Amino acid sequence: MITNTITPDQAMIDGLAEEMRRDPRVLTFGEGTATKHYKLVEEFGHKRVRNTPLAEGIIAGTAAGAAATGLRPVVDLLFAPFLTFAMEELINSAGKLRFISGGQFSFPMVAIARTGAGWAVGGQHNHNVESWFVHAPGIKVVMPSTAADFKGLMKSAIRDENPVMFFADIGLLHTPGEVPEGDHVVPIGKAALRREGSDVSLISYGKTVQKCLDAADMLRADGISAEVIDLSSLKPLDEAGVLSSVLKTGRAVIVHEASGMCGVGAEVAAIIAEKAFGQLKAPVVRITGPDAPPAASYPLEQAFVPQPDRIAKSVKLVFGGHT
Amino acid sequence: MLGEGRNTVTTVETVIDRSVTQKLETMLLIRTFEEKSAELKAAGHSPSMCTSVGQEASAAGVISALGEHDLILTNHRSAGHLLARGADPNRVMAEIHGKATGYCGGKSGSLHISVKEIGVILTSTIVGGELSLVTGVGLSLQMLEMQGIATVFFGDGAATEGIFHESLNLAAVWDLPILYVCENNQWQAYVHRKETMRIDHVSEWGARYGIETRTVDGNDVEAVAAAARDAVAYIRTTGKPFLLETFTYRLRGHMEPDDQAYVDKEELSRWRSKDPITTLERKLLTDGVLTATELAAMKESVRKKVEAAAEFAIASPYPTVDQLTTDVYA
Repeated sequence: MITNTITPDQAMIDGLAEEMRRDPRVLTFGEGTATKHYKLVEEFGHKRVRNTPLAEGIIAGTAAGAAATGLRPVVDLLFAPFLTFAMEELINSAGKLRFISGGQFSFPMVAIARTGAGWAVGGQHNHNVESWFVHAPGIKVVMPSTAADFKGLMKSAIRDENPVMFFADIGLLHTPGEVPEGDHVVPIGKAALRREGSDVSLISYGKTVQKCLDAADMLRADGISAEVIDLSSLKPLDEAGVLSSVLKTGRAVIVHEASGMCGVGAEVAAIIAEKAFGQLKAPVVRITGPDAPPAASYPLEQAFVPQPDRIAKSVKLVFGGHT
Repeated sequence: MLGEGRNTVTTVETVIDRSVTQKLETMLLIRTFEEKSAELKAAGHSPSMCTSVGQEASAAGVISALGEHDLILTNHRSAGHLLARGADPNRVMAEIHGKATGYCGGKSGSLHISVKEIGVILTSTIVGGELSLVTGVGLSLQMLEMQGIATVFFGDGAATEGIFHESLNLAAVWDLPILYVCENNQWQAYVHRKETMRIDHVSEWGARYGIETRTVDGNDVEAVAAAARDAVAYIRTTGKPFLLETFTYRLRGHMEPDDQAYVDKEELSRWRSKDPITTLERKLLTDGVLTATELAAMKESVRKKVEAAAEFAIASPYPTVDQLTTDVYA
């Protein structure tokens, strides 16, 4: 397999460009989309790569209306907190009108939103709201952690017949990684095993996957073999993938940057409690961001995110502080 | 009241032809259907619903100007648009009753009925929801070079939502083939528009976005039809959007049952005297277009159709519980 070293930001756009080549119904629009992606404009023209007014509601609604009538739009809503302006269109229209109409319409569309610590932009540009959409029926949610997945999940999202929320972790966007050339498609709903281990399952997504891998390195010195599971898709959630790991290790530590209350980790913990309780050797632990808006100040922003030393410390507590 | 705004109300010479009797029949069907729905709600047969009693000329007039490829987006007050477009009254009534034989299998109820096979699509009950979707429909028509235009029905209440302004602005900037039809029925749920807007005519706002607009007497079906024909011709020729405001009045309450205690009695009685159906009946009888016998026969035929729809809805089965989670994902 030939790979290139590119940033997740570029990988995501490469995936989009390949799908635009493959399917003339795919188009993209958003605030500054044509300005930023002038190479896409050169290749596909202004009709398929459009700038829009700074109005997230009508961008999302237009995508939903277009998706239901034959197009496959990919819209860029910039930063995740801006999704609050588009909730009506995403939740009430794209998510519900298929069901409400008795299956008369489909909404094959992708909405991109950036989120998480990394740019010191503060709480109105950085807010991990992915669980809001996981709770909404009719919508799929992905949040990749590797450059390869940014491309592969974007391609799957564009080919999906359902609306897909594509959360792009700001902290990952500009760190290059290996991305396969060509038609690299990563299925939605499948977790990835990032490291095999036998004593504890670290279950995460987004930028905290790498934090878990770093924590696993630290834990090795303590004789703890940690497995790292990258959810990649938050809805559908790979229940089988999570359970097979936890049934093997008997211990689960769930790690994410978003606040803990009703976050994705709460759902994962509930699944484990419901379906693997008898095999657990220790209580399930969650390590998450606090119930607070992220601060702009760099040390506070970084402290919001579960860091490797905090993860390693919590894991050791799972083993009673000793191994 | 029609002339109060800065926009002048267009007066279109009423042309009497054969099709006016068809429009009358459509209006009678809408009125009889909605009054029957309200009666069935009062009798405990169905959940609550919103009627468009008093606004029938807007639905019948605008939809008479559309072609078979044109698409319609509507809202919670939709029975008129559905029936004028040719929806089966049995299946609309069944949907209102939440029955499996309804157009959406009972999953919509009265509030968001779509009938794709007749081009009534993406109905939203979120006030303004249809305005956010219609730009996407317009974009598909433009990009896929499909025949037809998109027509969206909304009220003066939706025009006070931010998304109305976003929708018009984008449609203007992207030259989308959309007929915006604001049915200014003076009421925004339980609040009169005079409490929420400093202007009388929503068309004034449309003009500010660089869109051609017109306000028409929404209780005169032939005037509405003529204005809609002009608007549709403009959209087909230029590919640009047009905002047509049908100035009318909601004669019943927001949601059944409603005692309308909050409605100015004098205003209500003034608009009742301009009832679009009785006005048209009187005119057609006076002009000799219809005889009293023909009118009575028309009413009887409509009454039978609506009674049959009510019987069909009541006799139809509810959806089975396994439908709870179907059609959520593709």
